Amino acid sequence: MRKVLIVAVAAGLVAAAAGCGSSSSSSSSSGGTSSGATPPALTSRVGACSKGNLGNALVSAGHLTVGTDNPAYPPWFGGNPPKGSKWQVSYPPSGQGFESAVTYAVAKQLGFTHSQVTWTYEPFNKSFAPGKKDFDFDINEISYTPERAKVVAFSDSYYDVNQAVVVKKGTPISKVTTVAGLKPYKLGAQLGTTSYQFITSNIHPSKQPAVFPQNAGAVQALKNGQIDGLVVDLPTAFYVTAVQVPNSKILGQFPTQPGGEHFGMVFEKGSQLVGCVNRALTKLRSSGQLKQLQQQWLAKATGAPTLK
Amino acid sequence: MASEGDRRADLEVAGRRSRLLGELRTGAGRNVAIAVASTTVVVVALGLAITHAPGWPEVRKTFFDGHVFTTSFPAIAHAFLLNVRIFLIAEAVILVVALALAVLRSLPGPVFFPLRALAALYADLARGVPTILVIALLGFGAPALGISWVPSSVVFWATVGLVLVYSGYVAEVYRAGIESVHPSQEAAARSLGLSRWQALRFVVLPQAIRRVVPPLLNDFIGLQKDTALVGTLGAIEAFNQSSIDTNATFNYTPYLAAAVLFVAITIPQARFTDWLVARGRRRREAGRLA
Amino acid sequence: MADAVRLEDVRKSFGANVVLRGIDLAVAEHDVVCLIGASGSGKSTLLRCVNLLERVDAGRIYLGGEEITRRGVDVNAVRRRIGIVFQAFNLFPHMSVLRNVTLAPRRTLGLPRAEAESRALELLERFGLADKRDEYPDRLSGGQQQRVAIVRALAMRPELMLLDEVTSALDPELVAEVLEVIRELAAGGMTMLIATHEMGFARDIATRVCFLDEGVILEQGPPERIFTAPREPRTRRFLQRIVEAGRL
Repeated sequence: MRKVLIVAVAAGLVAAAAGCGSSSSSSSSSGGTSSGATPPALTSRVGACSKGNLGNALVSAGHLTVGTDNPAYPPWFGGNPPKGSKWQVSYPPSGQGFESAVTYAVAKQLGFTHSQVTWTYEPFNKSFAPGKKDFDFDINEISYTPERAKVVAFSDSYYDVNQAVVVKKGTPISKVTTVAGLKPYKLGAQLGTTSYQFITSNIHPSKQPAVFPQNAGAVQALKNGQIDGLVVDLPTAFYVTAVQVPNSKILGQFPTQPGGEHFGMVFEKGSQLVGCVNRALTKLRSSGQLKQLQQQWLAKATGAPTLK
Repeated sequence: MASEGDRRADLEVAGRRSRLLGELRTGAGRNVAIAVASTTVVVVALGLAITHAPGWPEVRKTFFDGHVFTTSFPAIAHAFLLNVRIFLIAEAVILVVALALAVLRSLPGPVFFPLRALAALYADLARGVPTILVIALLGFGAPALGISWVPSSVVFWATVGLVLVYSGYVAEVYRAGIESVHPSQEAAARSLGLSRWQALRFVVLPQAIRRVVPPLLNDFIGLQKDTALVGTLGAIEAFNQSSIDTNATFNYTPYLAAAVLFVAITIPQARFTDWLVARGRRRREAGRLA
Repeated sequence: MADAVRLEDVRKSFGANVVLRGIDLAVAEHDVVCLIGASGSGKSTLLRCVNLLERVDAGRIYLGGEEITRRGVDVNAVRRRIGIVFQAFNLFPHMSVLRNVTLAPRRTLGLPRAEAESRALELLERFGLADKRDEYPDRLSGGQQQRVAIVRALAMRPELMLLDEVTSALDPELVAEVLEVIRELAAGGMTMLIATHEMGFARDIATRVCFLDEGVILEQGPPERIFTAPREPRTRRFLQRIVEAGRL
C-alpha cells in the first residue's frame, strides 16, 4: 500500500506542475504570438511598416523570411538552381519568375534589400500547421478561401486566377468546346489546389476525378492517358504544355468565377505583417508595377480560349 | 424463495469474491494494483499537461474539430471503400502467392537450388524496395510503356504492387511457420508412405499456418494502411480524400476521421486473431515428446 | 522363402560420427526381433535405415527379397509396406484420432473414405480406443497416444512393423497397456523389429534378441540364451548394468 501512496503523490506533483506551467499563458489568443498584450496595429502609424519597426514581428530580425514549396515551378519561379542547392527546377532567390519577383518588390517596399530576403522550404502541408510558423509569409500559388482564412491570415490578391484544362492533342477530349462537353471524361487535379473543388462544383463529371499529391504524378497520368484532362490554374497550364507534357495543349480556360479566385500570401493568424504587405501590394498595384510583372512573367497566360 | 441453483450461484460468487480479495492481499494482486494505479496516474498527468499547454486550444481546433469531423466523415468513409476493396483482393492473392514462394524456398536437394535462390532473391527485393516506389513504378511506368493490352487502371497496378511487396513479407512468415513444425511430424508422415507434397499439404502446412496467424495478421494490418499509397497515383481513397478536405479547410481533423476508420477495422481483426490463437493453442503441443 | 527383411553390411555415419559399422541381420516372416543395447549404439538409426528415413552409406537392405536401397526405388511405395512407431508418438495434433489413422490409407492407398474409416474403427475397437475416435491427441494420455500411433501404422496393413523405443517416453503405469498391444500383434504373427529397453518384455515375446554395441550386432540369439548365458563379455557387462538398475 505504501508503494501505491508514493506513486500517487509523485503523480499529483507532476500534475500540479503541469497545471502551474500553463496558467501564465491562459490568457493568450489562440495561435498568436505569446508576448502578453497585443500592440496596436503597426499600419496605423506612419512609417510603421519600415524594416526597422517591424522588429518583433519577424521570424528573424532584419530579414524577411519567405516560404515556398520545392520544386519551385515556372512561371512562378525562374532561374537555375546552382550546384548543391536544395531547390529544384527553379531558384526562388533569383528574383525571376512571377512570385519571386512580387516577393522582392514587396520586400523593397518594406525596406528590405535583395540580400535581406531569406527563402525557406515549406512543404504545402506544413504551411498551415498550427503553432508558430518559421516564415514571415508563404507564397505558393495558394488560393484564398473563407475556410482557409479561419486558420491562417491571407494578404490581398497578388494575382487573380482562372482555371484551365490541359489535354493531349489528338484525343477525343481535345475536340470539346464547352464546359458541359467535359462531363464524360476522367479529369485530374493536384492536391492542395482549388482545382479539385472547381471540378466537382462546376463541371460535375460522371467519372470520379483523380487527385495527385504531386505535380509529377498528375503530369505522368496525363501522359499515360490515365486521365483525359488536367485542371490547373492558367499559368501552370502554360508550363505543363510548354515543358512537361509534349504534344499537349490548353483546351481552354474557364470563365472567371463570380467572386473570383485569387492567390494570396499566407501568414500566421494574427500576424502584424499582413497590413504592411497589403499596403505594399496596394502601392505596387496603383503604380502599375504589379501589372508590369504579370505581363513580364505571365504574358502568355492570357491567350487561351474561354470554355462556356 | 431461493432455488438450489440460486444458492449455488451465490456460493460461487462469494467464493470468487473472497478469492479476489485473497489475491489482492497476496503479492500478485498488490503488484497489479500498483501497476494499474501508476499507469492511470501517468495517463491523467499527461492528459492534464497536454490540455493545459499554451497552444492546446489551437491544436485542439486544428486536429480535433467536431464540426469538421462530422462534415468530412461521409466522403472519407465512402472513399474508404476503395481501401477495403483493394486490401480484400490483395490479401486473398497474397495468401496464395506467398505460400507458393515459401514452399519453393523449402524444396530440398541440389536440383531445386535455382528455385530456392530465385524465391530468396524475390523475398529480398520485395522487402527491400520501398512500397511507394514499387507502386509508382508500376502505376505510372507500366501504362507508360504504351502496350495496348496492359491495363492502365491505377487501382489495378496499386493492387499488383501491394501483392508483389507483401508476398515477400508473408512468404517469410510462412517459412518461419513451416520451419517451426518439428521435423518429426514430416518424418511420421513420410513414414506412412505420404509423398513430400502430401506431407506438406496434409501435415506440415496446416500446422504451420495455424502457428503464424498473429504475424500474418500483423502484416495484413500494415497492408491495409499501405492501400493509401494508391492515392499517389491519383485514386481517391480515404487518405487522399482526407488530404483533399484538409487542404481545403487548412484543418487536419479529416486525417483523424480516416484514422478512426482504420482503427475500427483493426480492432475486430486483432480480437479475431486472439480467438483463433486461443483455440489453436490447446492442440499445438500434443503428439510431441511429453 | 525370402526373408521379411534383410540387412547386408549396412553402414551409416552422420558427419564424423560413425553409427552403423556393418550390420548384418536377417528377419524371417513372423519373427519378432528385439534390438537391445546402450543409447547411441545405433538401434534407432538401424530402424530408420530400414524404412529409408535415413540413406545408408554402404550396404544393402532387402524387403521381401526386393532390394530397397537400389537407385530409383519408389521410396513412398516401400514405406507403405513398413509400419514404424516412434518414441515420441508423433501423432498429427491438428487431426482427430480417426483422421490420423485414415489419412495415409486414403491418400496413399486410395481407399475411399468409408472403407478407410471402417478399417480404422475396427483397429481402434480391437485396441480399446473406439470411444476416442473424435478426440484430438492433446486429450489423450501418453499410453493412448502411443496405441493410436500403432493403430495408425497398422491401418496400412504393413508387412513389417518397426518399433523404436515405443515405451521409453511413457509413465510406468502406462507402459503395460502399450506392451499388451504389441504382445497381441506378435501373437497374431506380425513380423516385428523392436528396439527396446524393456528387457523383461523382450524376453517374453522375442523370437530373437540382438545386442547392438558400437554400431555392430555383437551377439544375437534366442532370448533365453542371451539373457541367461551371453557369450560376449560386453554383452554380460551391459546386462549386468541392467540388472543392477533393477530393470530385469
